[in-house]
Amino acid sequence: MQYSAEVMKHFTNPHNQGQISDADAIGEVGNPLCGDMMKIYLKVDRLPLAADRLEDKIVDIKFETLGCAAAIACSSILTDMAKGKNLKDAFKIEKSDIVKGLGDLPPVKVHCSILASDGLKLAIKEYLEKQGVLDQYPEIKNLSLPECFHE
Amino acid sequence: MPNQKIYFDHSATAPVDPEVFKAMAPFFSEIFGNASSIHGFGQAAQTAVDEAREAVAEFLGAKTNEVIFTSGATESDNLVILGLAKPGEQIITSKIEHPAILEACREMEKRGAEVTYLGVDAQGLVSLAELQKAIKAETRLVSIMYVNNEIGTIQPIAKIGEMIKELNQTRKEKIYFHTDAVQAANYCEMNVNKLGVDLMSLSAHKIYGPKGIGALYRRSGTPLKPIQFGGHQEAGLRPGTLNVPGIIGLGKAVELISQDKKNLGEIRKLRDYLIEEILKIIPKAQVNGDLKNRAPNNAHFSFYGVEGESLLLLLDQRGIAVSTGSACSSGSLEPSHVLMALGLNPLLAHGSLRITLGKFNTKKEIDRLIEVLPGIVEKLRKMSPLK
Ligand code: FES
Repeated sequence: MQYSAEVMKHFTNPHNQGQISDADAIGEVGNPLCGDMMKIYLKVDRLPLAADRLEDKIVDIKFETLGCAAAIACSSILTDMAKGKNLKDAFKIEKSDIVKGLGDLPPVKVHCSILASDGLKLAIKEYLEKQGVLDQYPEIKNLSLPECFHE
Repeated sequence: MPNQKIYFDHSATAPVDPEVFKAMAPFFSEIFGNASSIHGFGQAAQTAVDEAREAVAEFLGAKTNEVIFTSGATESDNLVILGLAKPGEQIITSKIEHPAILEACREMEKRGAEVTYLGVDAQGLVSLAELQKAIKAETRLVSIMYVNNEIGTIQPIAKIGEMIKELNQTRKEKIYFHTDAVQAANYCEMNVNKLGVDLMSLSAHKIYGPKGIGALYRRSGTPLKPIQFGGHQEAGLRPGTLNVPGIIGLGKAVELISQDKKNLGEIRKLRDYLIEEILKIIPKAQVNGDLKNRAPNNAHFSFYGVEGESLLLLLDQRGIAVSTGSACSSGSLEPSHVLMALGLNPLLAHGSLRITLGKFNTKKEIDRLIEVLPGIVEKLRKMSPLK
């Protein structure tokens, strides 16, 4: 197994690593039993005139990850991709985008990219919930995520 | 010297000792004969093979016809597990064996044998009482590794050997006792009679010999069937043209062990110093596996809230090579079966780090690790959501 240069770059110097103390939403995925955990912090700009909360924009995003080099690199590139996007577009970031952004991942490590995209999706869900509008987005409300990726 | 590469992964493999390399060199292009040929070319190779066989036999306190050369310990282990017990008979082994034993045992279960996998205590040691309890009329083979490849714990092989010998005196069907001694050869008593073993696996590349060569000790009279066919070599138990340079390398490697034995105290001192310093400097760290019954070159840590593969790669970037039992680095995404058998919390298995020293490591290199590791653990802990 070998990591791409891009993975090693993000792993060695991850972007947007840390916490946001006054985050508008936090997405937490993973399972301490497998050992892999990820937390995505969002700072969202609420557009007062927009009716659709998914138009609100991610102005800051940070991650905390306990996991392998791939998990850390995926978190890092995910935050790069999501920053500045509105929630609707951010929600569309899939594992394949992350893998592509990293210039490929070893097959056994693809699940680490799912961890990252799921972390962001959960954070967006929490944001909608806090805004009291989650019921308007059944697709996001019914998001079901696996508990453990080590299977 | 930040750019100097440091190797702390000797349980994975060790460098070939220059003296071993020198001994092997003539056997590639100069003395290249097939040891089975009766012309001069072949006989020259045969003579050297005989000498190497004598060296291995002497190392083990065995007879030369009890030494079978194989391609390595995986083959030796397979030969024993697949070639001895019959369907309906029982094999007893432990949960912390090398996969070469465990997977071969699974295969034997498919072939109708019964396999009992003994657990270990939290220190990684097999209990004699439990082994004795598991033995029954159908027991044919007991296979317990000498030194564990991950945590370095030394199993009480001589005591097990004694127990089995005693049981055998009143049994109709003899129990044969095998040990995978790959990780023990550098450090432990290897006399097969003192240990009371009937079979023992060895590998050259863990003892500063070349890769792709190993041996199986088989006490005279121990029944064994070959697992490959096509030649008379090694009494038909391991057909195939002899790997002459490899065999010469193995012979030289065991000779050097006897010379090197006096330096064991040095390795132990370095290892103890490393453990002491790391536990002093890094909070929420622990050592896994028994500290007393342990190979002198093994240090196995767990760092809470850190993942082992990340740790390994950051150390690698600083030029230091180690190993981990983390699920993330296992390919199967399962945490190490050895650490699970110890009952280690999965989170601690996740943050495990194995450091195995070798005879060429220096105090300076240990100091470099002690200097670099705390910062790396801290960096990863900062990144982690688990505080
Ligand atoms: S986080 Fe465990 S394999 Fe990537």
